[in-house]
Amino acid sequence: MNKIFERPLYPYFHHPDQDARTPAHHPVVIVGAGPVGLCAAIDLAQRNIPVVVVDDNDKVSFGSRAICFAKRTLEICDRLGVGDRLIDKGVQWNLGKVFFDERKVYEFNLLAEEGHQRPAFINLQQYYVEVYLFERLKKLQDDGAPVDIRGKTKVVDLDQTGDVATVSLETPEGSYQITANWVIACDGANSPTRQMLGLDFVGRVFEDNFLIADVTMEAEFPTERWFWFDPPFNKGQSALLHKQPDGVWRIDLQLGWDVDKEEEKKPENVIPRLKAMLGEDVEFDLEWVSIYTFQCRRMERFLHNRVIFAGDSAHQVSPFGARGANSGIQDVDNLCWKLAEVIQGHAPESLLESYNSERVFAADENILNSTRSTDFITPKSDVSRLFRDAVLELSEHHAFARPLVNSGRLSLPSSYRPSTYFCADVDGLPDKSRPGAPCPDAQLEDGRFLLQTLSAGFNLVTFNLSADRITLDSDTPLDLIAFETAHDKNQTLHERYLGAQKSAIYLIRPDQYIAARWTEFDAKAIKSAISAALGHTA
Amino acid sequence: MSDLKLHPNFINGDDFYERLLTAHEGLTKAQSDALNARLIILLANHIGDMDVLDKAITLAKDRRKT
Repeated sequence: MNKIFERPLYPYFHHPDQDARTPAHHPVVIVGAGPVGLCAAIDLAQRNIPVVVVDDNDKVSFGSRAICFAKRTLEICDRLGVGDRLIDKGVQWNLGKVFFDERKVYEFNLLAEEGHQRPAFINLQQYYVEVYLFERLKKLQDDGAPVDIRGKTKVVDLDQTGDVATVSLETPEGSYQITANWVIACDGANSPTRQMLGLDFVGRVFEDNFLIADVTMEAEFPTERWFWFDPPFNKGQSALLHKQPDGVWRIDLQLGWDVDKEEEKKPENVIPRLKAMLGEDVEFDLEWVSIYTFQCRRMERFLHNRVIFAGDSAHQVSPFGARGANSGIQDVDNLCWKLAEVIQGHAPESLLESYNSERVFAADENILNSTRSTDFITPKSDVSRLFRDAVLELSEHHAFARPLVNSGRLSLPSSYRPSTYFCADVDGLPDKSRPGAPCPDAQLEDGRFLLQTLSAGFNLVTFNLSADRITLDSDTPLDLIAFETAHDKNQTLHERYLGAQKSAIYLIRPDQYIAARWTEFDAKAIKSAISAALGHTA
Repeated sequence: MSDLKLHPNFINGDDFYERLLTAHEGLTKAQSDALNARLIILLANHIGDMDVLDKAITLAKDRRKT
């Protein structure tokens, strides 16, 4: 057994709040110290917002769980100060192979376009991510940030009156209450918070079981993602083999609906299945076995008065395409700067409505993509299997059919729809960097990358406009970054931010999303765009 | 918006019909179904235009109009 699962990371301690005569008050309480809750805590702490994190456990979550972390998540983690640790430990992979029946039908290279600091994906066990995020939060705390992490502290009741939520907590030493202006519920797919508020969580249930096994082996399998449709060792079903750090391999085997889960999980049943897949002679150790079923669903709204839902508590997807943890981290990336602006009095509470609309939109996109992958991987009717197999057959010899093969679509950040929070676009600039889109990264002349140069607040980025022409008297602190593309060797800046235009000026939100852009400097337009991004109605 | 062609577009429709039947000769039901599926995917890619494909799917579904 891996020691990491046994060691309490944030052990229970007696907090002075437990002895308070009236409930102690906190601006923000985060429920759940998983990847999403920890990212939220770091983000808010970095913005000087005091946070209390409560979790009914005191350790990392058991098993490898989420193992694929996408480029956008890595960029967010850079902003949160843990990107390098994830990259250093994670396994990078580019090659994916697709097998159908007994043969390889094709392979694909994930190599993303040039000029990005971070790769398309890394594989890394969720428990490492949790440890690194926790250590980062601890470091902020040690450096004086108002961070408070309470282990073995379970939310048992929640009451909202006016602009205050009263949170009842249960600990090994009994119960107590605290109050908060905001509660961020990052307490997972079975969210007790959601249940306490009696909120619906409806969607589609997939009648299928998947066996997940982490094995350690000294094997010759390359660092690639292998996906099998209907392989001889798992007839009529699918299989996936994926590498994680420390010589751990993730194996996913589709089992079908009518299985006895407890029986299937027994090593005497798991080991023959794995031997059939890996070969009789391969030596391996079973590190973790689990069986999962899944649903694609979301809450109708992520915002309920003082309670904000983020991650799996708000939306659930199938695991194909790695959209669970990735989208949850993107939720809090979207939320935290807004919440900080609201708490600091720079934005109206109604700004949080944009969190709801933007992340509901993203959740729908993720649900759509993961549902489509699921329908391809696990055909639910004879005719759907017929077309699926036809696509796989054709993909072996015909490139046109390969984009139809869907073993999970690369998790990409959503580009939000036009709304009152973004300015109307101007012609001639690239669609990729339109208002509502996340900033595309690009390598700079000096070898650095564009996203590295952005500060934590609003940024005004100019391309081929001399900075001395920019005079702005803004209430909102604004960091100014000027680029010239004339000597830009790789031309990625030009291609991603200028397109057909010669100059441009971009207003970038604290979550690195583009709020507005123009081709010329216009102080009035910039001020009104900042105001719109902060949710002030004109 | 592209339109789905609904006028006779074959130079010799009988030839096409015969080829289609010949392709299925000697096949089991399962093999025929698989051939049809491959054929649909091939032709759909050739058409490519989502509007045309949408119209064809709608028409094919609504048997009163086919």
